[in-house]
Parts: sequence; structure tokens; C-alpha cells
Amino acid sequence: MNSLTIAALLLVFLGLAYQQGWSLSRRLATPQGSLHSRPVYHGSLVAIWTLAPALLVLALWALFGSTASRAFIIANLPAEIVDQGGPALQSAIQRVRQIASGFGVAGDAQPYEAAAGQALRQFQVITSATVLAAITAFAAVSLYFARRRVAPELRARNEVERLVSYLLLACSAVAVLTTLGIVLSLVFEAARFFTFVSPVDFFFGTVWNPRFSTTGSGSGEYGLLPLLWGTVMVAAIAMFVALPIGLMTAIYLSQYARPRVRNVVKPVIEILAGIPTIVYGFFALVTVGPFLASAGAAVGIDIRATSALTAGIVMGIMIIPFISSLSDDILRQVPRAMIDGSIGLGATRSETIKRVVLPAALPGIVGAFLLAVSRAIGETMIVVLAAGNSPFLRANPGEPISTVTVTIVNQLTGDQDFASPQSLVAFALGLTLFVMTLFLNMAALYIVRRFREQYE
Amino acid sequence: MTHNQETETAAMNMSSSQFVQDQLNASEPRSNEMKTRVIAKDVNVFYGAKQALFDVSVNVPDKAVIAFIGPSGCGKSTFLRCLNRMNDTIEGCRVEGEIRLDGQDVYDPKIDVVELRARVGMVFQKPNPFPKSIFENVAYGPKIHGLASNKTELEEIVVTSLKKAGLFEEVKDRLREPGTGLSGGQQQRLCIARAIAVSPEVILMDEPCSALDPIATAKIEELIDELRANFTIAIVTHSMQQAARVSQRTAFFHLGVLVEEGPTEQIFTAPSDKRTQDYVTGRFG
Ligand SMILES: Nc1ncnc2c1ncn2[C@@H]1O[C@H](COP(=O)(O)OP(=O)(O)OP(=O)(O)O)[C@@H](O)[C@H]1O
Ligand SMILES: [Mg+2]
Repeated sequence: MNSLTIAALLLVFLGLAYQQGWSLSRRLATPQGSLHSRPVYHGSLVAIWTLAPALLVLALWALFGSTASRAFIIANLPAEIVDQGGPALQSAIQRVRQIASGFGVAGDAQPYEAAAGQALRQFQVITSATVLAAITAFAAVSLYFARRRVAPELRARNEVERLVSYLLLACSAVAVLTTLGIVLSLVFEAARFFTFVSPVDFFFGTVWNPRFSTTGSGSGEYGLLPLLWGTVMVAAIAMFVALPIGLMTAIYLSQYARPRVRNVVKPVIEILAGIPTIVYGFFALVTVGPFLASAGAAVGIDIRATSALTAGIVMGIMIIPFISSLSDDILRQVPRAMIDGSIGLGATRSETIKRVVLPAALPGIVGAFLLAVSRAIGETMIVVLAAGNSPFLRANPGEPISTVTVTIVNQLTGDQDFASPQSLVAFALGLTLFVMTLFLNMAALYIVRRFREQYE
Repeated sequence: MTHNQETETAAMNMSSSQFVQDQLNASEPRSNEMKTRVIAKDVNVFYGAKQALFDVSVNVPDKAVIAFIGPSGCGKSTFLRCLNRMNDTIEGCRVEGEIRLDGQDVYDPKIDVVELRARVGMVFQKPNPFPKSIFENVAYGPKIHGLASNKTELEEIVVTSLKKAGLFEEVKDRLREPGTGLSGGQQQRLCIARAIAVSPEVILMDEPCSALDPIATAKIEELIDELRANFTIAIVTHSMQQAARVSQRTAFFHLGVLVEEGPTEQIFTAPSDKRTQDYVTGRFG
């Protein structure tokens, strides 16, 4: 109800401010001749200036409102509960909030809880009234000042343009800040992990055996290498499958296929990219794994149903459309004039592709390759299901392995205690993964950009 | 129209009899009369359902320059591309009629297109060097066709081709640098060198100077004039002056029809068709 009121209030101000700016500028226009900007811009400008301070108030409230109410609840709780701290305090606060909201709580409310809930309710009424009043006041005052600025020579159009660009900047900042936030939380939690386990043991350890946090104080061994090895092996197998098939598909689509064939084949291949990875994992587990095992048995090679090979092959299939559609775009960017030049000299199509198209597109293809590798490294579902989850350093791809992503899943499923290295290690692993894919992506983007410049 | 067709057929008859004569006297060089290199007869070209050329018949003389002129979209490039079958690479393009190079049917299914394109080289409107070194650009054709048996031979071919294209002096110290780093005019001469390197008999040039400034254009024109001694050249141009300067014969196209073909001087001073006259005097197009 409260947020609805606020939204309605803001809408009213928006409409009012726009109308004011618009009609004011219209009135100014008639006697003195021309306005610098059309009334639409004056209206927009007044509306923006009217709403901006109100929205700022709202944002502040959204940021600090819950902290404030928490502090208020704690102030109203008996000292002995506050002193307990931790989860007990947390659940007490939760119960008070529920009482205040009117939904009630499980079991009977203690008198002190009921009292605190009552107080919180009053607090909430007062604060929301304050916020509402503050918004109204800010909006009204700024509407007054914004109106006063309206003048024929006011460059409302340019100013709106600038404000719009700030708005767009703010939106893109959301993505950047989120990334930053994720990185920071990874870094801090990983740092906590490294207070339990030394980075040397983590990055260069060859044994992965974290034990469970419940089995005593022994913290286990956290060697990254077996996991990294598994990740690299699966990714390598995947690329081994995906690169030739994907690239040749791209060559066919971009150089040989008639438009009609292309229009059918390309979307069909892209359907592959739309299949959820869990389905691929399932496919690997149920179909590809047993098939590989029996095929291996037929020729006398011991291949386990869940193994690096199974996961790698299926992951490769998953990545084919990724490589083929990226490479297709890149190959099609090679100018027609260049291909004609080669054909005109009497080269065949495949000679042209080998000697002109591929070399010209090589940087772009390498970029696509790196992007695909980073995709393979971060892929989780297929390996969880089909790689066998066995974190040992093994060279044989027919054996089960485990990867960084699988281990993160393992460490974070079930009961966890975020103060133990068993859970915290997930952040260190995540950070490792993030840094790896970050570098691959940066390298890929750099290379692709270099390639683009060549033809502009 | 009828009048025009008559003159055309007359020209045809004359030159095909001349061709036969040439075949008969192949051993004796006849310097004052032109031999015919390429004969096109009743060529029709369709892009899908749309017809772009209508019954075009023309003879391309040996060791001379023939210019194709005409307003934009009249089918000059289309015709030029028929001669080395570059139209094959265009989806939905169909060529009917007869084109003979040294008496051999170019559209014979048994002919090797790749070999044909080695014999009929092409220079495009926009310079299109490969993103390789200058040396590699010129060596591209000879390598593909196996024209050089070792490195020294290859180098020789590259150097002679660059010299013939009048580019060698400018690039001799930077043969290993990318061809795309040259100026537009140099790039176009590089493309000519690249075409020369496979020793074609005929060189097709589609508006080779349209992307160049007057000085670079003058250089290319000079080059074309020199190349005439060894190659048969067909050039498409929008510049009447250029056609007059470099060509011995000129063919005027209009709306997909070959209106008139004859000695350049005659086309520009005494054209027999009204449309040609209007075009060369700049009244339309
Ligand atoms: N690839 C193509 N697909 C369909 N139609 C085409 C294609 N290329 C050319 N045409 C059509 O064929 C006709 C002749 O085109 P062409 O390129 O031969 O003209 P042109 O005389 O070379 O013109 P310009 O002087 O502008 O280069 C035009 O009507 C053109 O629209
Ligand atoms: Mg053209």
C-alpha cells in the first residue's frame, strides 16, 4: 500500500511537472518570438528536476531503511536476548518483524516480542509518513525552482540530452557495480579461506580431500591441481570435438551453402545452443557414457561411463553452435572483394578459403576459440553429472575426474557453515575460475577487436 | 533498332571471316590488321528472372584495348564478368549464348574454369590486395598454378610482374610489408601486377581508376597503354576521356543492349547511333 502511494504520488508529480513546463514554455513562446527548445523539452526538463530529489530521498530510504528498523528493534528487545547475538538475535528480530506485519508468528508471541512488534509498527507508520512528506516537500520545492528556470533562451533540449546520457550511464553502472561487488565478495571470502589454508598449499597442492566440517577440527587438504587438471582436460577434449566441427560448419555455412540451405541449417544448429545444459548432462549420463563404455570394451579399452571423455565430448557438442555461429559471422566479414580477387586469379574455392579467407579471419577465429574455452571452463551441469566427481590427478581421459565447478557445487550443497574452510574454499575456487575466464575473455576481445580494425 | 542490328551483324560477319583468315594465316604476323581474341555471340544474362544483357555480340581484338562504356546499370560489369565466368559465383545468375576464347567455348561444361580464370585475369574497381605481404600478393597466383618450380623462379616472376606494373621501384625495399599498407593507386597497380603474374592472355579491368586520384589514374592509364603490347585488355570505364585515351575500340552499352561497337575514334567522332551520340556528347547518362 505504502509503495503504491509513493508511486502514485511520483506519477502525479511527473504529470504535473511536465504539464507545467510545457504550458509555461508555450506561453513564453508567443510574445517574444522563438524558444530555444520545443515545449516538449521544457516539460521533460521540469519533470526530471522535480522528480530527481524525490527519487534520491527514496533511494536513501531503500538503502538505510532496513538498517534503521533493525536498530530500532534491537533497542526495544530485552538486553539478554541482544546479548545472545548471532542466530538467536537474528530469529528474534525476524519474529518481531512478522508480528509487526500482522501475519503473526509460529507459537505464542512472548510479551516482550509483542511489545517490540507494537513499537515497530508505530515506528513504521511514522517513518513512512515522514518519507511521504519528505518526498512531497522535495518534489514541490524543486518543481517551484524548475518552473522558475523556464525561459525562452533556456537550452532545455541540450540539458535533457545531457541528463538522458547520465541516466544511461547510471544503468550501465549497475552492471559494472554488480560485477565489482561479486569480485569484491569473492576476494574477501577467499581471503578468509586463506587464513585457514596457505595459498601455496591451495595453488600447488596435489591432493584434494577437504573432509566434512562435522568430522572434527581436522581441516583436510585443499590442493587445487587435481581440480584444475580435470577442468583443463575436459575443456581440451571439448575443444578437440568442437573446434574442427564448428569451424567446418562455419566454413560451409559462410562459403558454400546456398542461401536457402543456410536459412534452414543455421537456425537448426542454433537450437543446439538453446538446449539447457542439464539436458546435455542427462544425455551424457544416460546415452553417451554407456555408449562410450561399451564401445571402449569392444576394442579393449577401459572407459568408464562417467569420465573426462564423456563429459568432454558432450560439452564439445554443446559448444559447436557457439564456435560455428561466431566463426560464421567472422568469416562472412571477410570482404567479398578479397574472395573475388582470389577466384579471379584462378584459385578454387577451397584454395581461396585456405589461403585468403582463413588467414584473414584467423584472429577472429582465435577470439571465438578463446571465448569457447572460457565457456567450457565455466560449464558446470554436464561435468557434475557426467565427469564422475573423483578429484584425483589422472592422465587417462577414460577415468572419472572432477573439475573446479563440480567441486564448488559439492562444497556448497547440503549443510554449510560459512565460517569453515570447507565452505569458504568455494570462494577461492570461484575466484580462480573467474580470473581464468576473465583473462581468456580479455584476450579474446582484444584479438577480435584487432581483427575488426583491419577491415574498417 | 533494325538499322543497329544490321550494322552489328555486318560487323560480326566481317570479324568472323577475319578470324578464319587469321586462323589460316596464323604463322604470318599481320601487324596492320587486328586478330580477334574473344568472340561473344548473342549473350543473354539473367539475374534470377531479371534479364541484364540482351543478345550482346562483340569481338575483343588481340593485343589491343577495348573499352566498354555506357550509363550506370547498363550491364558493362555483367558482360565483363561473363568473359572469365566470374558470374558463376553469383547466386541465381544465368548466362546464355556463346563466348569463345581463341576459338574455345568458355561455357563448355568440360572446360576447367580455374584454368580459364588464369588465362583471363581480372582487376577490380576497388583495389583488393590480400592482407599479405606485397611479395605474397604477387606470388599468390603463380603459387596456386605451380608456375614456379623454385624460390628463385618465383622471385623472378614477382619482380618482373611488379616491374611490368610499374610498381617495382616504389616497393622494392618493402616487399615483405603488407600490401594493404600501400596507397590506393599503388594498391591498384599491385592488383594489376598480381593479375599479370599468372601470365594471362586477356586482362579484364572493371573501372580500375574509379577509386583513384588523377595522378594515380594517369599512371594506370600509361600502364594500360604499355601492357597492350603483350596482353589483350578489356576495360570498363565511366570516363569518356579515359576510353578515348587508352582504347583502340569502344563498345557502347545501353539498358543491357550493345548499341554500337567500333574503333574508338569513330565512336567518339562519328557514331552511327543516336543514343551513342547522345551519350558521348554528354546529353544523358
Ligand atoms: N548480383 C546481382 N544480382 C541481381 N542483379 C544484378 C546483380 N548485379 C547486377 N545486377 C543488375 O544487372 C544490371 C547490370 O548491372 P551491372 O553491374 O553490369 O551494371 P554496370 O553497367 O556495371 O553499372 P555501373 O556502371 O554502375 O557499374 C543492373 O540492372 C543491375 O541491377
Ligand atoms: Mg559496374
